[in-house]
Amino acid sequence: MTVITTPSDTYGIAVDNISVTYSNARLALYNANCYVEPGTITGLVGPNGGGKSTLFKSIMGFLSPSQGHVHIDGVSVERAQKQQLMAYVPQADEVDWNFPISVFDVVMMGRYGYMNMFRIPSRKDRRLVMESLERVGMSEFRNRQIGELSGGQKKRAFLARALAQAGKVILLDEPFTGVDVKTEKSIITLLMQLRDEGHTILVSTHDLSSISTFCDRVILLNQTILAAGTTEETFTEENLSMTFGGLPISSLSGKTNQSPDAHLANQPGHSFIQSEKANAQGIDV
Amino acid sequence: MSMALLLAISPEAIWSWIVEPLQLGFMIRALWVSSFVGVVCAVLSCYITLKGWSLMGDAVSHAVVPGVVVAYALGLPFSLGAFVFGFGATVAIGYVKAQTRLKEDAVIGVIFTGFFAFGLVLATKIPSNIDLFHILFGNVLGISQQDIIQTLIAGGLTLAIILFRRKDLLLFCFDPNHAKAIGLNTQLMYYTLLSVLALTIVTALQTAGIVLVVAMLVTPGSTAYLLSDRFDRMLLISVAVSVLSCLSGTYLSYHLDASTGGCIVVMMTLFFTVAMLFAPKYGIVTQKFLGGQGKRDARFPQA
Repeated sequence: MTVITTPSDTYGIAVDNISVTYSNARLALYNANCYVEPGTITGLVGPNGGGKSTLFKSIMGFLSPSQGHVHIDGVSVERAQKQQLMAYVPQADEVDWNFPISVFDVVMMGRYGYMNMFRIPSRKDRRLVMESLERVGMSEFRNRQIGELSGGQKKRAFLARALAQAGKVILLDEPFTGVDVKTEKSIITLLMQLRDEGHTILVSTHDLSSISTFCDRVILLNQTILAAGTTEETFTEENLSMTFGGLPISSLSGKTNQSPDAHLANQPGHSFIQSEKANAQGIDV
Repeated sequence: MSMALLLAISPEAIWSWIVEPLQLGFMIRALWVSSFVGVVCAVLSCYITLKGWSLMGDAVSHAVVPGVVVAYALGLPFSLGAFVFGFGATVAIGYVKAQTRLKEDAVIGVIFTGFFAFGLVLATKIPSNIDLFHILFGNVLGISQQDIIQTLIAGGLTLAIILFRRKDLLLFCFDPNHAKAIGLNTQLMYYTLLSVLALTIVTALQTAGIVLVVAMLVTPGSTAYLLSDRFDRMLLISVAVSVLSCLSGTYLSYHLDASTGGCIVVMMTLFFTVAMLFAPKYGIVTQKFLGGQGKRDARFPQA
C-alpha cells in the first residue's frame, strides 16, 4: 500500500486481506487487499459472480467476512456508519418498488441517523432533503410512489438519499443498469462534482465502455483483487482479459493483443497473478 | 329470526339488530375487546405484510399452545407462557435456519408444528380446565375479566412499542441494508418486530384463537396494501377495515349463533375480496376496465 497524504476531510477505504465464504461453502472472495484512495472515483470491475457485490457488502458491513478487516480512514466500518460516513446506493433489484413509500420519504431516510430516536425531521432535515432532490433533478417527483418512476429516476432518488445522508464515502452498486445514456451522463457529472467536493466514491459496474471517462482509478476483481491502480495504468486490455477470462499466467506472457471477448469462457485450472505483475505488464487499450 | 329481520331491511329492524345485543353485558364486552384486538392486529399487519412475515405469524400463533398449557398448570397468566413460547419459537427458527442448509419455509414448518404438537400432548395429559377448543378458535363471548386485563396489557404494550419505533421498523421492512449503513442496530429491530409479533398473537388469542389469528395479522394489511400507495394511509385503512370486521363479525356471530372468530375473519375476507376486485388502482376488475394501467408489476412512468 502506498502511503498517502490525505486532506483531513477525505476518507479512504482500506480492505485488508478479506475472505468471504458463503453458507453453501462457496468461496466468494479470498485474500482481497486493496485501498480505495480518498477523494477519487474508483471503479470496481469484474465479471458477474466475480465477487463485486460480496466486496461491497463486506465494505458496508452487511456481511462479516470469515477473515480480514475493513477500515474507513482508520476507523472500523461500524464506527464509520455511526458517524454517518458511509452511504450506499443499492442495485435496482434489491429494492421493493411496490413498497408504499414516496420519493420524499425515501430521501428522508437518509437523515434518520441524525435524528433522535423518534425520527422527527427538523427544518434542517427537510431543507437538506429538498436540496438533495433538487440536485439530482427529482424535486417534481418527490410525491411519487417509488414504483412510479423510470429506471433513471429510481437511481436518482436513491442517489438523493445518499446526498441527504451527507456520507463522505459513497458506494454505488451497478448504478448504470437499466438507465438511459442521458441519465448515465448526468449521474456521472454528479459523481465527478461529489469527488471534487472531497467524497470518496466506489462504483461497481460491468459497463466497461464508460469507465475511462469518469473513473480515476479501477480495481479489477475476480474472486480476488487482480489489479488496482490508476485507470490509465490498470484499465488495460491485458488486465481485462485476465479478469474476465481467468487466463493462466503462461498465456499472459505471450500474445496480449487479443480482445477480452475471446477469453470470456472460463478455463479450468486457471490461476491468478498478483496485481503488481499485472500492472507491470499492462499495456494501454 | 335475526336474518329474516335483516332481510326485511326496515329501519326499525336494522335498529333492533344493532341495539338488541347491546342489552347484554357480554356482548358489549365482546364488541369492544374484539375492536381493540382488531386495532392492534391491523397496525402490526401493515408491517408484517410488507416484511413478508405472514408465515412467521402463523408459526408463532401455533407455537404458543404449549406455553398456554404450561402457564395454566403453573398458575401463571396465560399470556406470559404464550409469549415465552411464541418468541422462543422464532428464536429457534432463526437459529436452525442459520445453522443448517434448510430453506426458511421448511424450518418454520418443522418448528411450529413441533411446538404445536407438543402443546397438544401437554393439553391432553396435564389435568387442567383449559378448553382446547377455545385456544384453537377463540372465545371472546365468554372472555373473563382476567383475560381482558391480559389482552389489554399485551395489546397496549404492542401499540406503544410500534408507536415509538414505527419509523425505524418501517425502514427495517423497506431497506434493512440502509438501516445498517446509517449505523442502526438491525439485529435489535429484528427481535423487536418478532417480539411485537408474539405480543400481538397473545393479544388476539382470546378473540380469534390460534388458528385464525394469522388472518387478523395478514388480511387487514393486505386489503389496505391494495388500496393505498402510502404507508400512513395504509395504516388507517387497515385499522378501519379491521375494526369494522370485528364489530360486524361479532354482531353476525350473535345473530347467527355462529363462531365469533369465524365470523370476524369471514368479514375480513369479504372486505379483502371487494378490495381485490374493485380497488381504484389495483383491483382486478378495475384494471380490466382501465386496460391494466395501474398494475403493480407493470408500472411505468407517465413522465
